[in-house]
Amino acid sequence: MSVATYIFGVLSALATLGVVIEMLRRRRLRERHAVWWLVAGVLALIVGVFPGVLVWAANLIGVEVPLNLVFFVSVAVLFLVCIQHSTELTMLEAKTRILAENAALHQMRIEALENDAKQISRD
Amino acid sequence: MLPILERTLIVMPAFNEEDAVKQVVLEVFEKLPGVSCLVVDDGSSDDTIAQAREGGALVAKLPFNLGVGGAMRVGFRYALDHGFDNVVQVDSDGQHDPSSVPAMLEKLETADLVIGARFAGEGSYTVRGPRRWAMIVLSKFLSATARTSLTDTTSGFRASGPRAVRLFAEHYPAEYLGDTIESLVIAARAKCVIVQLPVSMRVRAGGVPSHNPLKAAAYLGRASMALLFALMRPPVPLHTSEIPR
Repeated sequence: MSVATYIFGVLSALATLGVVIEMLRRRRLRERHAVWWLVAGVLALIVGVFPGVLVWAANLIGVEVPLNLVFFVSVAVLFLVCIQHSTELTMLEAKTRILAENAALHQMRIEALENDAKQISRD
Repeated sequence: MLPILERTLIVMPAFNEEDAVKQVVLEVFEKLPGVSCLVVDDGSSDDTIAQAREGGALVAKLPFNLGVGGAMRVGFRYALDHGFDNVVQVDSDGQHDPSSVPAMLEKLETADLVIGARFAGEGSYTVRGPRRWAMIVLSKFLSATARTSLTDTTSGFRASGPRAVRLFAEHYPAEYLGDTIESLVIAARAKCVIVQLPVSMRVRAGGVPSHNPLKAAAYLGRASMALLFALMRPPVPLHTSEIPR
């Protein structure tokens, strides 16, 4: 591995972590949504700084080409992030739906109360 | 005038039904004197709300479209909050004949959920081809789940008794096909008694039922999935202590 590739790997990992941490700092990202990105960034940094770790891990679980382990873990992380987003979206939809139902019922109640108030002021 | 009608709320989910809704509401009041009628406007962009009010119905306005399930949830919650015992779901396009409602309410004395069924002998409503087969397959499975013979599980003409109203106000599903298929599964698993009653259906004011085989296959697929997941979900208990039967 050339020095350039090594530096490129480390810088990419640092950039990933930098973006996620900066978003967290600015409150543009909540911790619960950042967890998997942080995990991915830290893993990338470890593998970037110590490429030997990747070879060791690949040997350990019997992956012949270490790079394939990188792809596998990347896909796994993306999968987890997507699933998390889908469940969050479902929950948000359910919450909006309940708010919409409540809004409809409240509006009916307000209209009924307004009618009652008009009746009283007329009497 | 039937005293039971005063404790009954007719709920009509309506989405862009300005042409039909007023007539349907007027017909409900004419044939069912003393009943209360709530039109749930499901985010219509037309004149549905004004038309429903002209007919004399109560109107709940949803800020955006939630589908029949969401609209019915509003109906059940309104019924529960305002002390109605029974809820009858009637389509706002006029395909359900309100004169069947008293017979359905009568059945509620021994059941929790009465389904007005289209293929049970009465009326002239027919569906053919793959869509019909899809409906038959669904009916078989749902009949087994509900421990009763159901032939038309996708009918939107239903009467719910006090126990079902309480259950549905909390647990009525809002997903696609949830209002027909999953709601039956929820009721059956909460030990509600489900029966069906033959009713006549009228031709829909607009549109004809689709007989496209691809659409029928898609329908069967989505319906099977809805049924499968409904059966896989944990059953919800009915708080029977509050309403003894």
